[in-house]
Amino acid sequence: MNTSIRRFFYGDIPGQESGGTPAPEGPKNDWPLWEVFIRSKQGLDHKHVGSLHATDAQMAIENARDVYTRRQEGVSIWVVKSQDIHASRPEEAGELYDPAADKIYRHPTFYDLPDAISHM
Amino acid sequence: MSVHDLEKVFQEKIDSETKIEPLDWMPEAYRKTNIRQISQHAHSEIVGMLPEGNWISRAPSLKRKAILLAKVQDEAGHGLYLYSACETLGISREETINDLHSGRAKYSSIFNYPTLTWADIGAVGWLVDGAAIMNQVMLTRTSYGPYARAMVRICKEESFHQRQGFESLLVLSKGSPEQQAMCQDAINRWWWPALMMFGPRDSESTNSDQSMKWKIKRKTNDELRQQFVDMCVEQVKLLGMTLPDPNLKWNAERNHYDFGEIDWNEFWQVVKGNGPCNKERLQARKQAWEEGAWVREAAAAHAAKKQKRTAAHAA
Amino acid sequence: MKATLDYILHLADNALILGQRNAEWCGHGPVLEQDIAISNISLDLIGQARSFYQYAAELQGNGSTEDTLAYLRHERQFRNILLLEQPKSDWAYTTLRQFFFSAFQQLLFQQLSTQADERIGAIAEKSLKEVNYHLRWSSEWVVRLGDGTEESRRRLQQALDDSWPFVNEMFQAENFELESGVRVEELQAAWTEKVKACLAEAGMEMPVTSLTRHGGKKGIHSEHLGYILAEMQYLQRSYPGCEW
Repeated sequence: MNTSIRRFFYGDIPGQESGGTPAPEGPKNDWPLWEVFIRSKQGLDHKHVGSLHATDAQMAIENARDVYTRRQEGVSIWVVKSQDIHASRPEEAGELYDPAADKIYRHPTFYDLPDAISHM
Repeated sequence: MSVHDLEKVFQEKIDSETKIEPLDWMPEAYRKTNIRQISQHAHSEIVGMLPEGNWISRAPSLKRKAILLAKVQDEAGHGLYLYSACETLGISREETINDLHSGRAKYSSIFNYPTLTWADIGAVGWLVDGAAIMNQVMLTRTSYGPYARAMVRICKEESFHQRQGFESLLVLSKGSPEQQAMCQDAINRWWWPALMMFGPRDSESTNSDQSMKWKIKRKTNDELRQQFVDMCVEQVKLLGMTLPDPNLKWNAERNHYDFGEIDWNEFWQVVKGNGPCNKERLQARKQAWEEGAWVREAAAAHAAKKQKRTAAHAA
Repeated sequence: MKATLDYILHLADNALILGQRNAEWCGHGPVLEQDIAISNISLDLIGQARSFYQYAAELQGNGSTEDTLAYLRHERQFRNILLLEQPKSDWAYTTLRQFFFSAFQQLLFQQLSTQADERIGAIAEKSLKEVNYHLRWSSEWVVRLGDGTEESRRRLQQALDDSWPFVNEMFQAENFELESGVRVEELQAAWTEKVKACLAEAGMEMPVTSLTRHGGKKGIHSEHLGYILAEMQYLQRSYPGCEW
């Protein structure tokens, strides 16, 4: 089993920082990897559904149509090259997300109101 | 953090049912085990297209032809979802496929058996997909996020596969004496290989313990196999057919069916490459890949030229 | 009445035979994404064939069904054009043939959806969406292969040379077409223009040849059809009268 690790996913994270060891050189023949987002029906957000390979954006959309909407799963497709996705790092999670935890007054349930009030 | 601490945090996440995502720190062995298992799973989907694809041109009605083609095409889709999950671990699809072609990576041995008659298509759907689903349902809860998500998508699609297989056998079982014989013969040939799909006995399985601890696997080979046997014994009655095992009988104490011993010699022979179709299957995959090389290169070359032309035009 | 039935069978046979050929790629495509794409096209074609056969079966009566029409007619009774029964060959031949046929189907179905009898019109209209996608997919591949590498260009050229003699048959009206009020010969100019534009984008020349092959519409086929049917029909013929 070949276990050399390179980064293909979420372009700005060096492989070694997420546990892998970078390999020197990758194969050249693979078509680029694209992330696929699908709107399942009008009114909903596009949602990440997976990835696929394609030579360009046009082909990526068509491949996504054939691969990810065979059962009427979508009405609109977004594709973006995997290497163009920028992601926050797991090690930053503490400083990025934890400070929101004690701001409970941002949530409607924080406020105790008389039952007589409706529509609020 | 030291590696020791990282490992501790990692195991705590697993124990508290927090999924592991691609950028999270993970032990190298966890990554490798996942790469091995997901890629093996992907290869199985792709190689699995061949025995059933064998009957697309001969399907006995237009409806069955469309169903079978859609089904085999689904397997391609499943392979693709799994290769994608594998790529999040930092190994490209091409490398993964190279490992298959060089024989370094394995795929499920079941696909090294031939589909000899039309009834085999039904039997594969019922027994092989049925066995696969037991495994796959468990894997929707596997600890690695992208793998679990791929499995959810696959399970949704897979239930049609098993149902169409059983329904197709049901039609044969109500058909002419020749069709009934065809049906029983296919069940006889696929039953034992289907039981082998769950892998070696727990006492012999080398990868099981660590995989359970990491929640990559969540049930043991023997547990899943027993569950499958219990299910099939009931279902085969609806077909009016029998399973080819004289030792099958209800055990009230265990609350399960007892069943006969698998021919482990045959199991290991097929795993080691000595099954009826190992050579043909691998050969077919290699040939498709090699003969497709010029197509992949041409498409890449065209995309590069187009990009250059667009850039030149913009400048 | 006879003319319409033959014509519907011709439309059905075209779709089925090409669907059967394209399905040969399933599990053997050059890359997974395109394996799935060509199977989708094959499924669309088989679906079209079924719609046409079902209509033909209703017209014919006598207990005929989509399956008796597909599985129990002989080589000489099939009405598909020769181009579609040729072996799938390589990806260049398959995509070029798809392009030729989809370009033709698009024009034809546009005509049928307004002119022909209601039922044919409805099938044509429904199929048109599929055909539009097939045309887009296949024309993109023609451009890719023509503009790609030396090898892909050489293979596309070979596919052009091999398939061109079969093109004319699409536009040679047979009696069943004339009597059904279909004017295939009127489609040729628009088809040629479309093909020319795509080949130009691919950097290819329009072939010049005086060779033409036809006969499929009359039931005079190439040797390939017999093998396709022998394989496709074998279960229905080995076990007559069974349900599957």
